[in-house]
Amino acid sequence: MTPDIKGFLLAATVKIVVVFSVWMIAIMLATWLERRGSAFMQDRLGPNRVGPAGLLQPVADGLKNFLKEETWPKWVDQPLFLLAPLMSFIPSLITFAVIPFAAPLPGFDFTLPLLGRFTYQGPIPMVVADLPIGLLFILAISSLAVYGIVLAGWSSASKYSMLGGIRSSAQMISYEIALGLSVITVFILSGNVTLSEVVAAQQRTVWFVLALTVAFVLFLVSAFAETNRLPFDLPEAEAELVTGYHTEYSAMKFSMFYVAEYAAILTMSALIATLFFGGWDIPFTRWDEGPPSVARCAATLLAFGTKTGFFLLFYIWVRWTLPRFRFDQLMELGWKVMLPVALGYITVIGLVVWGAERVGVALAPVLIGLNLVATAGLLWGLDRGRLLAGARARRAA
Amino acid sequence: MSKRTVEFELATPGLDAQGRPARIPLGVAAGSAVAAASAEPELGGDHLLLNIGPQHPATHGVLRLVVELDGEVVVRCIPHVGYLHSGFEKLGEYRHYNQIIPLTDRTDYLSPMSNNVGLALAVEKLLGLEITERCKVLRVIACEMSRIISHLVWMGTTGIDIGAFTPFLWMFYERERIYNLQEAWTGARLTTSLTRVGGMMADVPDGFVEALRTFCKNFPKTLAEVDRVLTRNGIWCARTQGIGALTAEEAINYSLSGPMLRASGVPYDVRKDRPYLDYETYDFEVPVGEHGDVYDRYLVRFEELVQATRILEQALDRLPDGPLNVDDPKVILPPKSAAMTDMEAMIFHFKQVMEGVQAPVGEAYFPIENGKGELGYYFVSDGTAKPVRWRIRPPSFINLAALPKMAEGGLIADLIAINASVDIVMGEVDR
Repeated sequence: MTPDIKGFLLAATVKIVVVFSVWMIAIMLATWLERRGSAFMQDRLGPNRVGPAGLLQPVADGLKNFLKEETWPKWVDQPLFLLAPLMSFIPSLITFAVIPFAAPLPGFDFTLPLLGRFTYQGPIPMVVADLPIGLLFILAISSLAVYGIVLAGWSSASKYSMLGGIRSSAQMISYEIALGLSVITVFILSGNVTLSEVVAAQQRTVWFVLALTVAFVLFLVSAFAETNRLPFDLPEAEAELVTGYHTEYSAMKFSMFYVAEYAAILTMSALIATLFFGGWDIPFTRWDEGPPSVARCAATLLAFGTKTGFFLLFYIWVRWTLPRFRFDQLMELGWKVMLPVALGYITVIGLVVWGAERVGVALAPVLIGLNLVATAGLLWGLDRGRLLAGARARRAA
Repeated sequence: MSKRTVEFELATPGLDAQGRPARIPLGVAAGSAVAAASAEPELGGDHLLLNIGPQHPATHGVLRLVVELDGEVVVRCIPHVGYLHSGFEKLGEYRHYNQIIPLTDRTDYLSPMSNNVGLALAVEKLLGLEITERCKVLRVIACEMSRIISHLVWMGTTGIDIGAFTPFLWMFYERERIYNLQEAWTGARLTTSLTRVGGMMADVPDGFVEALRTFCKNFPKTLAEVDRVLTRNGIWCARTQGIGALTAEEAINYSLSGPMLRASGVPYDVRKDRPYLDYETYDFEVPVGEHGDVYDRYLVRFEELVQATRILEQALDRLPDGPLNVDDPKVILPPKSAAMTDMEAMIFHFKQVMEGVQAPVGEAYFPIENGKGELGYYFVSDGTAKPVRWRIRPPSFINLAALPKMAEGGLIADLIAINASVDIVMGEVDR
């Protein structure tokens, strides 16, 4: 093996191991944060006995689920019943592989006794796999998560689970379309689907949240639906379906669903940060774009973590504030509002980009102005009672 | 007006012509490891029979709803009650009137104090007894405290059923404050047994009035928070407006009462229309809805919380000094110290404990406005210390009867919201 290949393998292995472990710890912290956050909103304390400030509570929960009995209800389709939690867990982990999380590290060149020389030419990108098809890969993989839920609902041989599974398949497929369409505008502006290029494009111009506000709103709402979080948690609607698709699950299989939910939330938060908030970019400075160094890597990692953490908190905040949609309202919102808005927005952005190139004006100010107007219009249009069926029925009555 | 006929056979848990169960529950067909073919009725392959409850997070106890679904649309809904049947009315026939009071704690266990008050008022009507002024005001306080905790539980659990969890805990904090007061007054948080025939079990303790005033001052703040989170929330409105609407005629025909009736636009409130405990002298409004849907029921109950706080403040202002219990040793137990020293008091004590309060021959029905509706107690007396017949008019049971009418044709999520809006408590429904 040449030193180059050894260096590449070493870098890749270390990245995979570190990212995976940090990610799993982050998921545990996310469950802790959710419980503490909800407690904060509800004037409670939340878990505070296991470890300092209850930080070890997720460990205790995991241990408990490990030791619990695995129940296999009669008539479950056993292979699918086992496969379903895995299917919902793995996609959200794989998705994170293509998200760049920090500025590159400098390459290395050193020699170890017995193992020989390791070299890595040029900067090491801080992403597990900088795929040229980055975003498309994400869209493809995240669609797989729906299978986990549908299979769980189907294989459980329970009517509640089945209803939850059916709901989730309809919901996730509907919102996947809006999700996919809302990122097309990101492609238009960045000119590339590689996520590191998306980040670089935002460093060159402005964060896409300013240039593509409507797309950001659409993506955010779809992300809630994709991760089955309140107000879109219909597949598991506790009051109606008794937690829906995972009603029949217990112990580690249930734990998988639980972890998968938070993994999906974290991935979506990271994705929102990357697509619309400049990824690991530190705002108001160009220092982070200099040559690779450990300090830059650490600082940008912190920036990325802050942004992701913010959206994680946003998820938690929304969940403990809003009630749940009804199924028909959810579909109405998805197909009658999100989809047309997304399609119209692609057209508008496409025209503006094309026109700005022709006329030769700076794109960023035009887009920011346009988005201020469009967002105001969208929020006005989505105003309570205007688009949702319940209020209309009431007016008619 | 009520021409709605039952077009289907009530088959669960019906018997067939031979007296055998017509339906066999899934999975228990004799010796067979698979679901019996006959386990479900013929639904044409399109419909799904879903059994909601008796153990289900949204059925508020042990209500069981058998729902036939077409997709997510409720085609028919059959409520099954009786899982919490305790035979209170029969038990009452073997108890002295004062001994019945603990039973009323356990019917509508979300507002035990006003149940106690209602029972005492009914017996006092049977006896033709006039209670003291202080007792009247204290009973008003008890009733309104109960109304507040009853509505708080309703609002919190309805929020959960519609997906908003956080207001639930805010409501429960306030409820906890009332429970602390209840505990200070009666020594019990739930089984209060507050009243006695002709008076009260105890006067309010020191500091109670101030504590209740503090509650009345702080409670509207919590209400305002809930108002901000829910009342104009787009999702909340979409989930509740136009759902489970009943017209005023329908509401009357279903014999509804309480907030359910008032949300449909009928301004009937026992406190106003058949005043008791001098309610006519208090200054309060009876909120009335317009559409009779879940949202209006929410608004009506919300406003009733505000009004109940007003009544509490007025009652505290006017709380007179003076005797608490009627001065009638045949009704009220003499103090224990007197019973140990005074011959006459000892005799009355003995007679009271051994024989109870003797009621004249006759019957009496007394309704009060409970949190959930018109709660009535009906007694038939044969002249002894125990009623021949005791009957409760349970508001939530009667309100529940309108559930199929409201829910059929809606979605399953609407069914949950509507069921929540009825404000049932199974202890009272099943009695």
